[in-house]
Parts: sequence; C-alpha cells; structure tokens
Amino acid sequence: MAQSIGEQSMGLMKGNEAIAEAAIRAGCRAYFGYPITPQNEIPEYMAKHLPKVGGVFLQAESELAAINMVYGAGGAGVHVMTSSSSPGISLKQEGLSYIACAEVPCVVVNMMRSGPGLGGILPAQGDYFQATKGGGHGDYHLLVLAPSTIQEAVDLTYEAFDLARRYRNPVMILGDGLLGQMMESVTLPQPKAPLPKPPWATTGCGDGEPRVINSLYIQGDVMEERTKRIFAKYAKMKQNEIRFENYKTDGAKIILAAYGSTARIAKTAVDKARTRGIKVGLFRPISLYPFPYDELSEVATEAKAVLTVEMSMGQMVEDVRLAVEGRCPVRFYGRSGGIVPTPQEILQQIQAIWSHIA
Amino acid sequence: MKQVTGRPTALTDKPFHYCPGCTHGIIHRLVAEALEEDNLRGKAIGIASVGCSVFAYDYFNCDMQQAAHGRAPAVATGIKRAWPDSFVFTYQGDGDLASIGIAETIHAASRGENITVIFVNNSVYGMTGGQMAPTTLVGQKSTTTPSGRDATLHGYPLPVCEMLQVLPGVAYLARVSVSSPAKIRAAKRAIKRAFAAQLRGIGFGLVEILSSCPTNWHLDPVKALEFVDNQMAAQFPLQVFRDFE
Ligand SMILES: Cc1ncc(C[n+]2csc(CCOP(=O)(O)OP(=O)(O)O)c2C)c(N)n1
Ligand code: SF4
Repeated sequence: MAQSIGEQSMGLMKGNEAIAEAAIRAGCRAYFGYPITPQNEIPEYMAKHLPKVGGVFLQAESELAAINMVYGAGGAGVHVMTSSSSPGISLKQEGLSYIACAEVPCVVVNMMRSGPGLGGILPAQGDYFQATKGGGHGDYHLLVLAPSTIQEAVDLTYEAFDLARRYRNPVMILGDGLLGQMMESVTLPQPKAPLPKPPWATTGCGDGEPRVINSLYIQGDVMEERTKRIFAKYAKMKQNEIRFENYKTDGAKIILAAYGSTARIAKTAVDKARTRGIKVGLFRPISLYPFPYDELSEVATEAKAVLTVEMSMGQMVEDVRLAVEGRCPVRFYGRSGGIVPTPQEILQQIQAIWSHIA
Repeated sequence: MKQVTGRPTALTDKPFHYCPGCTHGIIHRLVAEALEEDNLRGKAIGIASVGCSVFAYDYFNCDMQQAAHGRAPAVATGIKRAWPDSFVFTYQGDGDLASIGIAETIHAASRGENITVIFVNNSVYGMTGGQMAPTTLVGQKSTTTPSGRDATLHGYPLPVCEMLQVLPGVAYLARVSVSSPAKIRAAKRAIKRAFAAQLRGIGFGLVEILSSCPTNWHLDPVKALEFVDNQMAAQFPLQVFRDFE
C-alpha cells in the first residue's frame, strides 16, 4: 500500500486532524462515521486522506450503521476506526457490546460534549461511566485511553490499533471538544504498514476451514466460557496497559486526580498552588480502563486529601474513592454543561482544603 | 450407481433446527446451491441476522459474521468495502430487514452496495413467537394483533421491493416464493441473478422470498404454503422489479 501523506514530522495541528493523521500512519485503512460536532474534522480529514493510501472512507447513515460497518470491516481483518461525540457514541453502544463479545479489533474516538440528552457542543467528561464500565449491555469493557495533549492523542491513537489487534477488543480514545478543537505543535510518527490479515478474519475461506465471527452463545456454560475468555484479556490489560502520570506528587499532602483536558488545567492550578507553598500534586490516569487503582493508592498513602476534578457531576471520583479506600477524604470539584473549570477555581478548592490540613 | 444430487458443499452437515414445514431450510439450500454452482464458497462471507435464521453461521459452509438485529447490510458494507473482491451476502427475516433494519436496508440499496440480500418474508416475527411484523397482512392474527392487524391501528404491510425499486443503486430486485417446485426453481434463478449483479459490480441485489411459518400461523405445512400462494402473494406480488442486461 502507498505511504501516508508525506513524511512531515512537525506541525501545528488541530486535535481532531492530528488524531486522524495518526490513525492513518498507524495503518488504519477503513473509517466509518456520521457527522457530529465537535469531532467533524476527523471524518473530513479521513475523507480527504484515507483514499490516498488505498483506504476506505464511508459516511454512514447513522452511528448505528457506522459501528456495524466497523464490526464488518474489523471482522474482516482491516485496521478500522470510527469517531463520534457523546450522543453518537450512545448509539454505538449496542455495536460495541457485540464487537467486544465477538472479539473484533477496532478503534473508537469519543470527543465528549455536554449531556445528557442533546446537551451542547461544549467540552465535557460526562461519558466516563459509559466509556469505562462497559457502556452497552452485558459483561465487557473497552480499553480506554484519555490523552491530555494533542501529542499524547497522536501517540495513543498510533498505538491504539496495535492494542486493539493484540487484545482483539475495541480501544477507545476518550477526549473532549477542547482536545479536538485546539491546535498544538505535534511530532507525527512514521507511517507504518497495516499488520497482515489475521487468520481469524472473515475474508473468504478458500479451501480452508470457514471462520465465524459471532457473539451468540445460547448455552449458559458456553457463554460463561466466552465471558471468562474476554475477562482473561482484561486481566492481561491490567498487567500491561495501566498508564498514568504523577506530577509533583512527591511529598504532596493534597493529590489532585484529573484526566484529559481537565488534567492540563489542574496542572496549572498545581503550579500556582506550589508558588504559594501548598504541597499539592496531580495524579493523572491515562488508561481509564484499566484504571490505575494501585498507583493512585500509592501516591495517596502519604496524602491528607484527594481532590478529583472533572467536567462532570462526578464520575471518575468513584474510581478514585475505590483506589483511596478511605485512607483520606476524597473531595470532588466539577463543572458540567460544557463549562470548563479555570485554574483559579481549582486553586480556590485547593486552598480551602489546605487551610484545613496545614 | 450415479449420484444425481446431494448436499451442496456450501452447506455444513449440521441438521437444521427449523420447524417442520418451514421453508427457511429450502431457502438455505437454494443459496448454498447458487454459491456452489457459481464457485463462490471460497470467497464468500455471509452475514447471519437475528431471527429464526440466526444460526445460519452454523449451516453455511463459508466465512460468516453474525450481526445485531437489523444491522446485517451495514456489516456487509463494512466487509465489502474492505475487500471489494470478496462475495458478501446477508440472510435476513422481515422483522430484521423491514422493521428494525429498514434504514440500513434502504441506505445500502441507495448507495448501490455490491452485496446480495436474501430477504425471507414470513409476515411474522418467527423467533420471538409470532408477533406482528411490518409485513403482517391486514386482518392477519399475530400474538400482538390478537384480533388481526387493523390498518387504522397498526398501519399497512410494508412493501419493501416496491419501495426499493425507485432507487438507482439497485441492480437486481425480485420477489419470489418457494411454495412449489416450479417456484423454487424460479427462486433459485433470481438468487443467481442477484449474485451475478454483485459479481459484475453493478450494484445492490435483493431477493425477497415469501416463506412459510406454519408454527406461528397455526397452519399445517400444506395449508401454510396455500397461505403463501393465496394471501401473501396477493399482498406481495411475485415479480422481477429490476433486472440488468
Ligand atoms: C435489538 C433487539 N431487539 C429485539 C430482539 C428480539 N428478536 C429476536 S428475533 C426477532 C424477530 C425476528 O423476526 P424476523 O426478522 O421476521 O425473522 P424470523 O424469526 O421470522 O425468521 C426479535 C424481535 C433482539 N434480538 N435484538
Ligand atoms: S418459528 Fe416459523 S420461521 Fe421460525 S423456524 Fe419455525 S416455522 Fe420457521
């Protein structure tokens, strides 16, 4: 197959476009999606550039159709991707449940916007539960990665296709409208050729044994076996795919916990607080499923309080509480509706906690 | 002794689970014969849908993917777009195709996807126990229209072929039945025509096959075939709607 668009390794790029280019460079050769703000630059970029590398771009009639096209193409062994934003991701949940059970690799990008309902097009993080706890029906998980910079979005997207193939499980890149819409300077990875067709892919069996991609197991014991097989992969993910960042957590008495765009703002708040002599640091989960429980638990051991900051009414905070296991109070500060918390707001929260513990 | 017939190589030797007198089995065989005769088994990917034929992946002796209820044409689209040289067909009931999956059907047809859809219309939801389908006839009893389908309450039977025939993306479109040997032969010809449309890459092919559901119609197999001929074919006339040179 032809190379991706040139060799440029540096450039100022919009988050959505950078993700699309990283996907192409990772070997993505099929994209199916349906327009929704704030992620439209992804399908638009794909429409323009994917055909140049011999890939397939198709605008589906709905997110439902798109995720089922992903299931088809992924089952047929192609590196495939879809993207959407919150309401559209809801429509993909049925398909994701089937895909996870049928063990089909694919990459799904969710550039979250505010909700519930039609909500608004401003950035939010209200889909954390949906993304990390399964989302659709039944026992399954996505591998969920939450970048907080465009460079990280590029790097994680580039890796996501290999991870999806390795675990035969959907990988979700969970961003938000802020990450999708802003521009930053990025270094793009080298284009790589798609991995060869796997033996299980339904591409026509020739004279060999027919292959079946399926999620129906009508006998209880067989279905239980299937579920256990899927969960064995999640156990492996917990060993190998936990990602996180510690920022100034050494000796910190207050630990902020935040992911994605919110973590960037939290970092600024940490810096501001540090200049005021407040011992505060940031723990940033990058893999949201599997969640870095042990790693957070470790940094929280010496802390007097944990403050979770999210663009939601409080979702990740539940996992933070599970990690901290009551060793210190876990506070929460969140904005919703698409309102992005300012460093000043977070600083005030930090100062309030500090005044109690210092 | 010369063997004149046998099980098509495109069928596995798993026994069908269909009820006695159900024509799903005949239709499976016709699809399998067409796959074999056109030498397509090795490059075919079939999409099983949700309905009584959900286990089609156990019966067709080729690569198969099982799809969520109604989504088979989207799954087929994903595969065919990824591998345009493969041969992709779906096998769907009327609840699957004409109710929950009507959007996927119309858009796959409208895009002129080079896939073949085998559409089994038995005028009820067979698998879930005989509820009303979009294709249930006016006056026909089902478990959710116990007094018969009342058009003022439940609307009218959905004529899928008549709707699709206006779409330029459709290359081959026919309605057939399998209620007699002659009709079975005609049905097979239609399936092979739809296959040919895909092989030529000229667009979407769909064959609607009127099929019996003796179990949920509460008719014996012979009476069920009479119902197909007399009642269903009156509402859904057997016809080739679109053909090619
Ligand atoms: C999303 C979803 N809704 C409902 C069902 C339940 N369901 C299983 S089969 C079926 C109807 C199938 O009827 P039809 O397509 O006409 O096929 P038949 O069984 O008559 O061959 C329904 C509603 C399901 N499996 N998935
Ligand atoms: S319920 Fe009806 S459609 Fe289903 S197998 Fe029995 S006869 Fe056939």
